[in-house]
Amino acid sequence: MRKSAWVLVGIAATLSAQGQEQKRQPPPDFTSGYQLPSPTTPVPKDALFAWIDVGVLLVALVLAAWIVLCRRSRAWLLVLTGFCAAYFGFYRLGCVCSVGSLQNVALALADPSYRLSVSVAAFFLLPLLFALFYGRVFCSGVCPLGAVQELVLIRPIRIPEWVAGPLGLVPFLYLGLAVLYASAGAGFVVCRYDPFIGLYRLGSSPLMAWVTGLFLAASLFVGRPYCRFLCPYGALLRVASWFASKPARIAPAACISCHLCARECPYGAILPPSPERELVPMHELRSSLARRLGATVPLILLLAALGWFAGPAMARVHPKVALAAELALSRAQPDAPKSLAVEAHLRLGRSDEEVWREAATILKSFRLGAALFGAWAGLVVSAYTISLALRRRRREYVAEPGTCLACARCFASCPVLPQGDRP
Amino acid sequence: MAGEPKTRRAVLADGVRLLGLAATSGALGALAARGEPRNTVWQIDPNLCTQCGKCATSCVLTPSAVKCVHSYALCGYCQLCFGLFRDKRAGNDLHAENLRCPTDAIRRRFVEDPYYEISIEEALCIGCGICVKGCDLFGNRSLQLQIRHDRCIGCNECAIARDCPSNAIRRVPASRPYLLRRHGGPR
Repeated sequence: MRKSAWVLVGIAATLSAQGQEQKRQPPPDFTSGYQLPSPTTPVPKDALFAWIDVGVLLVALVLAAWIVLCRRSRAWLLVLTGFCAAYFGFYRLGCVCSVGSLQNVALALADPSYRLSVSVAAFFLLPLLFALFYGRVFCSGVCPLGAVQELVLIRPIRIPEWVAGPLGLVPFLYLGLAVLYASAGAGFVVCRYDPFIGLYRLGSSPLMAWVTGLFLAASLFVGRPYCRFLCPYGALLRVASWFASKPARIAPAACISCHLCARECPYGAILPPSPERELVPMHELRSSLARRLGATVPLILLLAALGWFAGPAMARVHPKVALAAELALSRAQPDAPKSLAVEAHLRLGRSDEEVWREAATILKSFRLGAALFGAWAGLVVSAYTISLALRRRRREYVAEPGTCLACARCFASCPVLPQGDRP
Repeated sequence: MAGEPKTRRAVLADGVRLLGLAATSGALGALAARGEPRNTVWQIDPNLCTQCGKCATSCVLTPSAVKCVHSYALCGYCQLCFGLFRDKRAGNDLHAENLRCPTDAIRRRFVEDPYYEISIEEALCIGCGICVKGCDLFGNRSLQLQIRHDRCIGCNECAIARDCPSNAIRRVPASRPYLLRRHGGPR
């Protein structure tokens, strides 16, 4: 009895497979000499553009560095910014950009089957390379996301250091999150939540339109909120700029400590000279530094453990994990309405086990990834608290290379003349 | 600068810059050595597509970069094509009459008795996949949704791929940018 049932199932399966292979309507048999047309297949337009984009990026970076360091002219920089916004933003519609390219790099590192194209690699590396020599000239003159914020900033308000400092850590955390999701194949969050791309494409989802509006409104009063407090690529550029060999210098000759530049800077990037006498006693600084150094390892371990336990919850946005959850739900309640993904799964006829297996693999790697992300967050927070306990002597007003966005505002405010004469 | 002794910080910075240069050239060299770090474009695999309709709404372009493409070699040259019906019938969404093209983008031309050539007016097609669904369920599966590369702007993360419930959109080499079925049945 049992055997015959299996035979029947086998026959039915063979028949249905054959049915799928067969055409449902017999192929026509033309007698009038009709020639079958073939469907048109227009070629992708950006095969050549990928190279033009890299060329424009390189030229724009060279120009930006030259304008900031040699010309020292904000007007010229604004012209360059406008051109880059028009070309990369409106004409090329924003993709690929350096900010998003970090996810391609993360995915290529994690997934050997994903091929990084040379143009994307160039978009990722060139601005970082320039930052190693000249600071964040990419942010000032080339980045189309920065351009929007730069052009709408009309009345900058000063953000106190105790707010701006911790907020400045968010880009590093966002960077970790973007790398985690990109390398796990869960999508490119930086592209998904890019607040300004909708402006260049003249259209976005309702949610992102609200986000764009909020960021634009904030950018009227807060200097470049996205660049300073969110941009994950900015975090990389910030680190690279700490080692810049020729960052922008404010005064063309000896600084007279008049403090006009610091008033002009909307990004809080200009640091005053150190006080003559340190306010906090040296032994207190030392013990506070020791305490903070001691807290580093426990903090990293604690956040890594948190990440380990939060991993499965963070993995839920991965489409394959989401499908597994929806499928389990629909198997438990067969009468409930099914999600599109479950319907697609049923229609394509893949086995449930395959879905469970894939989801389990992803969950496992996500646990490890989330733990690493937790450790990264711990490292970032520790590094910040340690930096607060360190003192470095500054003899004049300097633009901190990591936070200076090379906007060239301070140059005009400096009364020192290139020859060193006082006005 | 040349005469001044180098501080520890300056030496460190020099090292980091050298490292950056080495990393840049190393990465680009590795990419070149890897053989084909080719450019890719997004495309729909018709064998995975379930015609859910997201292609029409999720694309960042309006109308979508996805259009219906007709593989003539598969077509049965029916007199009545899915999507061409005129009347609506209440009830079942999968009645052939209810799979009518919402923008009347399907054109029919008489070839010879009893064959009619079906073609898609691309300017009108919005990529909703309704006709594709009909052809997939009842016809020869000659109608297929494809990303048209004269329209696609090549987002770094395709917005339709993100919403696609069957994961049917993937990156393909730019040199072979279409995944059209040319022969019947699943490959």
